[in-house]
Amino acid sequence: MIHFVLLISRQGKVRLTKWYSPYTQKERSKVIRELSGVILTRAPKLCNFVEWRGYKVVYKRYASLYFCMCIDEDDNELEVLEIIHHYVEILDRYFGSVCELDLIFNFHKAYYILDELLIAGELQESSKKTVARLIAAQDSLVETAKEEASSISNIIAQATK
Amino acid sequence: MNPFSSGTRLRDMIRAIRASKTAAEERAVVRKECAAIRAAINENDQDYRHRNLAKLMFIHMLGYPTHFGQMECLKLIASPGFPEKRIGYLGLMLLLDERQEVLMLVTNSLKQDLNHTNQYIVGLALCALGNICSAEMARDLAPEVERLLQFRDPNIRKKAALCSIRIIKKVPDLAENFINSATALLREKHHGVLITGVQLCTDLCKISPEALEHVRKKCTDVLVRTLRDLANSPYSPEYDIAGITDPFLHIRLLKLLRVLGEGDADASDSMNDILAQVATKTESNKVAGNAILYECVQTIMSIEDNGGLRVLAINSLGRFLSNRDNNIRYVALNMLMKAVTADGQAVQRHRATILECVKDSDASIRKRALELVYVLVNETNVKPLAKELIDYLEVSENDFRGDLTAKICSIVSKFSPEKIWYIDQMLKVLSEAGNYVKDEVWHALIVVITNATELHGYTVRALYRAFQTSAEQESLVRVTVWCIGEYGDLLVNNVGMLDIEDPITVTESDAVDVLEIAIKRHESDLTTKAMALVALLKLSSRFPSCSERIKEIIVQFKGNLMLELQQRAIEFNSILAKHQNIRSTLVERMPVLDEATFIGRKAGSLPGAASTTTMPSVGIPNGEAKPAAPLIDLLDLSSDDAPAPSSSGGDLLHDLLGVDLSPAPQQSGAGQPSKSGTDVLLDLLSVGSPAQSSSSTVDILTSNTNGKSPVSPLDDISSLSLSSRVNSNAGAAPMMDLLDGFGPSPSKENNGPVYPSITAYESSSLRLTFSFSKQPGNPETTNIQATFTNLSSNVYTDFVFQAAVPKFLQLHLDPASSNTLPAAGNGSVTQSLKVTNSQHGKKNLVMRIRIAYKLNGKDTLEEGQINNFPREL
Repeated sequence: MIHFVLLISRQGKVRLTKWYSPYTQKERSKVIRELSGVILTRAPKLCNFVEWRGYKVVYKRYASLYFCMCIDEDDNELEVLEIIHHYVEILDRYFGSVCELDLIFNFHKAYYILDELLIAGELQESSKKTVARLIAAQDSLVETAKEEASSISNIIAQATK
Repeated sequence: MNPFSSGTRLRDMIRAIRASKTAAEERAVVRKECAAIRAAINENDQDYRHRNLAKLMFIHMLGYPTHFGQMECLKLIASPGFPEKRIGYLGLMLLLDERQEVLMLVTNSLKQDLNHTNQYIVGLALCALGNICSAEMARDLAPEVERLLQFRDPNIRKKAALCSIRIIKKVPDLAENFINSATALLREKHHGVLITGVQLCTDLCKISPEALEHVRKKCTDVLVRTLRDLANSPYSPEYDIAGITDPFLHIRLLKLLRVLGEGDADASDSMNDILAQVATKTESNKVAGNAILYECVQTIMSIEDNGGLRVLAINSLGRFLSNRDNNIRYVALNMLMKAVTADGQAVQRHRATILECVKDSDASIRKRALELVYVLVNETNVKPLAKELIDYLEVSENDFRGDLTAKICSIVSKFSPEKIWYIDQMLKVLSEAGNYVKDEVWHALIVVITNATELHGYTVRALYRAFQTSAEQESLVRVTVWCIGEYGDLLVNNVGMLDIEDPITVTESDAVDVLEIAIKRHESDLTTKAMALVALLKLSSRFPSCSERIKEIIVQFKGNLMLELQQRAIEFNSILAKHQNIRSTLVERMPVLDEATFIGRKAGSLPGAASTTTMPSVGIPNGEAKPAAPLIDLLDLSSDDAPAPSSSGGDLLHDLLGVDLSPAPQQSGAGQPSKSGTDVLLDLLSVGSPAQSSSSTVDILTSNTNGKSPVSPLDDISSLSLSSRVNSNAGAAPMMDLLDGFGPSPSKENNGPVYPSITAYESSSLRLTFSFSKQPGNPETTNIQATFTNLSSNVYTDFVFQAAVPKFLQLHLDPASSNTLPAAGNGSVTQSLKVTNSQHGKKNLVMRIRIAYKLNGKDTLEEGQINNFPREL
């Protein structure tokens, strides 16, 4: 199972964290500090796996961002690499060639997409299309709600004129 | 409307934070925002609640405290609209974790949302539950989740399946409720549901044997069919990754098959074909294909044996190993580790490649490969493998050296074919990475060296050479110092030269040079320096020509700030100055250390002295000794007289080297009450006399430490020049001169109850009688006077008596009156023993003895057990 997902920028800034196993606030920041120290300093050609505290951290760098997932010792590292890539492709499709800024300003969107991909540290959906469709459907629900709200407030505004 | 929060939108806040040039600026922005959000929370602001929460999440990601926003999540979740709930659940998962009490408050909202008519809201609730639910929530909401496994929309079914995994992991008792609905998911067509269903079944099978049985019986065939259809399925763009349809589903199916096949021949049999197909047909030029192969090989190695499949699997591993991609090589090493137990021979074939991986530039690969090599080593290949590893040690990076050194030492000691090879390899390791070697390792090396009598000269010369080049390696220095102290004469005289050695000329002063360097070197620590002092003392008697120089070096340490060194220096100096006559016996060579005892101690178990037939020679310090035998104790801490309970591996050597510097001694042998720092002294002075008894003459130290004469430590030590015995208490009858006195033992003074003498041992050639006495007020301790009589008509020379007792007894042997036993009863040898019975009144004394002597120059050995001690001893 995946214990946590981290997105760290090359400068060591955290862009997304998702914890599927219980870690206290203190542990979380310690983990992030430790891992960014290890991962950001690794040379480019090395393998994408780091053994860490009896777990393995699979990471992959896309442009300026490191996507890291922590898994159990006996999990399939290559598959996790593929899951990371899967996530990146979905992000890419959603934002239209995603960049770090997209993930900063729309961090909540990145979380929503991750929630459609993983639950309880396990993969939920192998079809990019399905994920995209579900996200689009929920986004449109939000839009309609907003429009309704604004139209109601318009009506109220007009009525109270 | 809140005047504070109206100002900034989320986007603006992020911009402001990003625009901050310093950490302080960023903190200021965050503080201002947090203040505004708190104010909004206090006013119970409705309109901007979700925006505030979004801001809080961002602030949280930067690492600032955001606990004050937790209740806002709950409020948003409780509100009716989808947008509010969506952000509320996101906040819940981000800001809280399962251990927070607040989480319990959300159970009710979750329950309502799980029953909501809007399927997206149900999805949100399932997602949150799956990611952060606690055991209590799992219990409360399990029925809802179970029901949702049959929901009409597949996207809810898949979320419910993953949520169930979390629930059964939190509360394994609930597993059986899910078995039926979980297996139903395996027949689905929708990939999402199938993937999650397979995952759920895998976890169920791991948790509940009942589920495993059920799934194995009912679903193996279905799963095999699904995998076959998937592997043979035509191109489908939705699930295609690098030409393979849904590798994720492949992998999960293989994983579940592995669980089902393990330990069940029938199930394994039914999946053989499809596994063979996957192993051969899968494209291995992309990550996805390799991930499947990797999983497939793991399954093949785990299920019940099928020779053909295994060969196939190991062959694909070979391909993996030669791949240029580091990731692939890493997983190959990983898998070989698992394959080693199943088929070691096949893995051995790849040994050369694996050895190359130990030298890889990638730390992860190196680590894996090293572990694998460690498993692969056996008696036949240890020499080349150890050589490779030691060669690599020279060029390896510092942070890898610790691991590497530990593994090499372990390999070398485990499989060494002969002692000389072991010593050679260890010397190489010590000179390359002596600073990474653990204490037990060089302790063990010393034990081996003492046992290899014929290699003493060779070893000390090799160490001498190594020291010239690698004097910065602490443990090399220690071993060198010890060996030069013990075998310095062999070094100088080139004794025991082996053919393979280059001749070397070392003068006596060269040998002393080494010790001087070691003791004066700035980096040497206390242990090394202390060992060097002992070695110097030993050399002073071996090299009379250097005696003056050694004395000068020792004198320099009389004022050392380290108490231990100062004390040793003063003691040794006094030996050099005033006790020339006994010096050479004092610094006798150490008796051979018993390997079995050392290993036994290392393993934390102690040999019961009486019950084992091999008597630990360490336990009998006078084992190989001349008349003044117990004097060897000087450097040996007599605490080894009785195998004292101790579990730490290094103790033995510490004792032997007299370097037990720990503040509280773990073992107090032979009943010495004093602190470890003074142990050495005590032993030094307690030559063969009871150190503990109040009436004895020798308690200089104890009486001092008892505070009878409160003096500073320095006085304390200096007062030990032996003339200061004045303060020893009167009433002790024959004052024994401690260091000169091998004379009568002090045991006759007591007036305790009288016990009959016994004939403890009698053979055709020898009779041994024991007479007993006790000191008043100390019933546990018995003084035994042993008298040996020669019944034959020949003189016995080199007569040595040894004894061993079980753990509940403590034995102290005094020196014998002579080592020559005249013929035909024309005289006798006496020796006094002191036995302390810790179980006095419950158990009787018992003793095993060994008597060695030379008869017409021929070694003779007699052994026996004494059971006829009088009761109440």
